Amino acid sequence: MEFDLEFALETVGPLLMAFLQVTLVVTVAGSVIASLLGLIWAVGQRELPTPIRLPLTWVLDVIRMTPLPLQLLFAVAIFISFDGYRKFPDTDVETIGMILGVAVFAIHYSTYMAESYRAGIESIRPGQWEAATALSLPRARVWRAVIIPQALRATLPSLGNWAIAMFKDTPFLLVILVPEMVAKAKQLGGASYQYTEVFTVAGLIFLAASYPTAVLMRKLEKKLVY
Amino acid sequence: MSDFLQAVSDYSPYLWEGAQVTLALSGGGAVVALVVSVLLGLCAISPIAVLRVGSRIIVEFFRGTSLVVQLFFLFYVFPLFGIDLPGMWCGIVGLGLNYGAYGSEVVRGSLNAVAKVQWESTTALSMSWSMAVRRVIWPQAWGLMLPGLNNLMVMLVKGTAVALLIGLHDLTYWVEVMRKDADVGLWIAYGVGFLLYYLVALGCSSGLRLLERRAQRRLGLAPSKTRTTRATAEAVA
Repeated sequence: MEFDLEFALETVGPLLMAFLQVTLVVTVAGSVIASLLGLIWAVGQRELPTPIRLPLTWVLDVIRMTPLPLQLLFAVAIFISFDGYRKFPDTDVETIGMILGVAVFAIHYSTYMAESYRAGIESIRPGQWEAATALSLPRARVWRAVIIPQALRATLPSLGNWAIAMFKDTPFLLVILVPEMVAKAKQLGGASYQYTEVFTVAGLIFLAASYPTAVLMRKLEKKLVY
Repeated sequence: MSDFLQAVSDYSPYLWEGAQVTLALSGGGAVVALVVSVLLGLCAISPIAVLRVGSRIIVEFFRGTSLVVQLFFLFYVFPLFGIDLPGMWCGIVGLGLNYGAYGSEVVRGSLNAVAKVQWESTTALSMSWSMAVRRVIWPQAWGLMLPGLNNLMVMLVKGTAVALLIGLHDLTYWVEVMRKDADVGLWIAYGVGFLLYYLVALGCSSGLRLLERRAQRRLGLAPSKTRTTRATAEAVA
């Protein structure tokens, strides 16, 4: 079994295309939404009255502890049960798959990010809360002007790390047939039976994108936290 | 409610079959992952440079490329070289190596977190490296690493759903079948699926939590969730 370098180089183009068009889009859109949702969950878990807070906490726990592929299938099943494909006849199937994918990834990872935000919020010294109370700032202003800016410093690196984790989970989109990079690689490999080449290229693209980002996050962490 | 019970009892043999696959993958994956993380973690702090660099490369490789890509390598590429692992073994090895690499970062971090004085005192007692690790450093690091490993265990349980991609009939598969074939409605089918995964993950996590309490009590430490979350996020990146 030889490594066909020529074929490997040929597959770089299409795989990179799929990477840019799907993998990257899902990760970026997913992490932006997830970081906003995560903040909402984290603040909600401190502000909401107990009867709302407890079910929210439980739901977040269940989302955190159940697999992404199952959640992706669930999202598609809901979409079909609402007769979604017929309601949006102009949108093609791949775009719908991607939108569902972004939604599921965002919700799933927002539960992790909520934990990171919580860690950041807990790291703020009680004196800050007391000072805000002493100034009789309205609650919303306390969060916006005092707590969140300080909490974010400790939280940001962790958020970045979850975004990298999300990036590495994008191949799960395979189960809902979104043509992301690994799906594309599998298809190309299946057509030629040269799996070694395509998966090597796919793996290298992942490595090339995620390793520098991880190093960057580590640097950012040193700068922000210590 | 009766619909729910009916559906569950009708499909319970299949769900049990799926749950067995999920449990086997979780259990097998966890064992492989633990072995890999301890080995790589120890290599990462060993005084021998070759071992340190080697472990660094392996860890970055497995963390940088996605789990699915690694699994496909085991499933599609290895047979071309004459190594034909059955799907279940592919899953166990793939999950074990991937989460083992994450775990080794947790192990390394915890070993490094043990106070420097402890190392110095082992030198003062003229202990060998292996004896110092075995008798002094490891017992203290163990309590620190359990929370991180616990989070990874939950992620591993969720990771078992990749089995679907290499044609194993795990819990996710049977939930999907139940949704399609039986007239149970999607909320019930997926509700059961989410609940079962939740219970498996919760079971594993509470087991480890017990171990952690025991270890930390012996060290006189209090568990901290804050530190854990951040440590896991770091390891995963």
